[in-house]
Amino acid sequence: MSRNRPLVALVVTSTIVFAAGCTSDKPPAATGQSASASAAPAATGAGTGEQSKFFVQADFDAQLAMRTKTPQGDASRPWEQAIDPQMVSTAKYKKDGGVHLCFSNAAVNNPWRQVGWKSMQAEVALHKEITKFTALDAEGKDDKQISDIAELQGQGCDALIVSPNTTATLTPAVKAACGKVPVIVFDRGVDTDCPVTFINPIGGYAFGADGAEFLVEKVPAGGKVLALRILPGVDVLETRWSAAKATFDKSQVQVVGVEFTDGDAAKTKSVVSDYIQRHGKIDGVWMDAGATAVAAVEAFEDAGQPVPAMVGEDQQDFLQKWKDGGLTAIAPTYPTYQWRTPVIAALKILAGEEVPKTWKLPQPKITSDTLDTYLRPNMPPLHYALCGCEEMPGFPENWGGKKS
Amino acid sequence: MKRTLPILVVLAVLLAAIALVNPFFLEPAGFLAFVKRAAPLVILAAGQYFVIVSGEFDLSVGSLVTVEVVVAARLIDGQESATWWVLLLLIAVGLLVGLLNGVVTTALRVPSFITTLGMMLILSGAVFLWTGGAPRGALSEAFRTFGRGNLGPVPWSVLILLAAGAAAILLMRSDFGRRLVATGDNERAAALSGVRVARTRILAFVLSGAAAAITGILLGGFAGVSAQVGQGLEFSAITAVVLGGVALGGGRGSVVAAMAGALTLEALFTLLNLYGISGALEFTVQGVIIIAAVAVGALRLPAWLAKHPPRKQGDTHVA
Repeated sequence: MSRNRPLVALVVTSTIVFAAGCTSDKPPAATGQSASASAAPAATGAGTGEQSKFFVQADFDAQLAMRTKTPQGDASRPWEQAIDPQMVSTAKYKKDGGVHLCFSNAAVNNPWRQVGWKSMQAEVALHKEITKFTALDAEGKDDKQISDIAELQGQGCDALIVSPNTTATLTPAVKAACGKVPVIVFDRGVDTDCPVTFINPIGGYAFGADGAEFLVEKVPAGGKVLALRILPGVDVLETRWSAAKATFDKSQVQVVGVEFTDGDAAKTKSVVSDYIQRHGKIDGVWMDAGATAVAAVEAFEDAGQPVPAMVGEDQQDFLQKWKDGGLTAIAPTYPTYQWRTPVIAALKILAGEEVPKTWKLPQPKITSDTLDTYLRPNMPPLHYALCGCEEMPGFPENWGGKKS
Repeated sequence: MKRTLPILVVLAVLLAAIALVNPFFLEPAGFLAFVKRAAPLVILAAGQYFVIVSGEFDLSVGSLVTVEVVVAARLIDGQESATWWVLLLLIAVGLLVGLLNGVVTTALRVPSFITTLGMMLILSGAVFLWTGGAPRGALSEAFRTFGRGNLGPVPWSVLILLAAGAAAILLMRSDFGRRLVATGDNERAAALSGVRVARTRILAFVLSGAAAAITGILLGGFAGVSAQVGQGLEFSAITAVVLGGVALGGGRGSVVAAMAGALTLEALFTLLNLYGISGALEFTVQGVIIIAAVAVGALRLPAWLAKHPPRKQGDTHVA
């Protein structure tokens, strides 16, 4: 027994040493890359690491091409527009009379889903023919959503909207529902083509590339870019980063770090402060989601440095900061107006009208030219500007805004 | 002081390791930035220390921090004039939650693990219900000064940390401190020698609640409104206290060591970050620390190491 104490102490110390030790092969590699980059400026962007396992070249190319295509439909109603639609017949679903619409929602646990959910409810309220709207919230749990979908099948729904929590796990549940009722899937997808239509904006590659291309344009050759990611292993976030990586690798900018922030503002601010300290100057910040963009901006302000080129998102707090500070910035978006589309699609299907099999919505980016159109100081800081909800009844109060 | 020494050594080693990678750390501004970042956790750990040394746990502090920040943003809503009364209200909320934890634990005899776990769920559920996942409103500039601004070259949060740390040390040197440790060491003996055990423990929970309120004010000031601000902080605080050599179950350890434990934990996170290790590993590191530190604490000192005979009743090793 008496020998145990030093032993345990040794374990503790060695753990700490190990924690430091196992990483020691990383920094030299990083410095080696940056050294070679500065020695040979023609080298490809350094420091971005391995390409993500989630990267699919064909999808990447398709999404990047989609960005320049003109969507069909009324440009003032982007939630009704579609890019390259392949229409399918829905005549077999046609029905008369009132509609009972059902919705299995993955979660309402973040501001993005909150804004979307409000917009969907407002869209339902616009249509008198929807006599009943049943929505179940899976609270971010796959098992609850599977039983939600099963439960909704027994409730006499005329159409079922599903926003899946995860792709693979929810696929069998959606397949089972397809046999009984027309299914509309939006946001994240499922591994089956049995839904009548799958609705979402262009996607993560376009989102990631929009931000990265802006930085490549604004940051001088050899300039230092810091990339901030929320967490690894989530497909929608992996596609954003892999597109940015592909863009940076072709450019002259030097990626000095790729860090995970857990989407936490305090951590983001700490990480950015560390990089400012270590490198003296950072010329651009890329982010895979804009929720902590303001914290990143503040890190530069607090360090007494000019704010470099920034990639954010369409949340009001960032747009406000952008406007107030005259930032060099861009905001790629994953528009919340996509929550309106499934309701419209359901009514089209039940009226026997054609809908696109894959309903790709436009995915605009906010630039300094369009900033004023999207900035609404009367809306709460975490409101997403691309809600497409400005003309809806109950705006802005139902979305947490103040009448101005 | 003897019990404080090991953690101070570990802290010094880690700080040296950081300075090696990042020389800016040695400049006053660089070091102050580190202390500023660590201040919320250090204060929270001091609060947690009071509860742990009295033989209890407080798992509710993380969600209490979130509540404080979200409530502050909603009530201030960007108006500078609202800052001061909201600050007072936040402190009051912290005290009240602590009081509830303490009364339920002592009067109703619910184990504090359950009381504060329940409180954690109640608070996080209430925040979610109230905000729907998206906090509203905004903090005022005056409010944010405490976590973000400086007085001359020194960040406000460092000054607040010094004041809170001094207060904690004085408290532990007072009669209250002795009663608190005696309660954690041997509840029955303490009661027999005239300590009002229940009242002492309630006060410990109240102090923890107050610490959580201050932490919330500093964190909200540092980085702004977020519904995730307090996530996992209760475990960071407990890890920090345990890392400082404070015995789970109570009765042993000093508040200085607990605060040094928090600084050490923050230094370790900073180091991991400097080496580019993903944040996911932070939990792993905390888990290893908790288990290892408790394992070390549970072992008996061998005779040749322990120059002094086993600790006497009331020998508190305070500060």
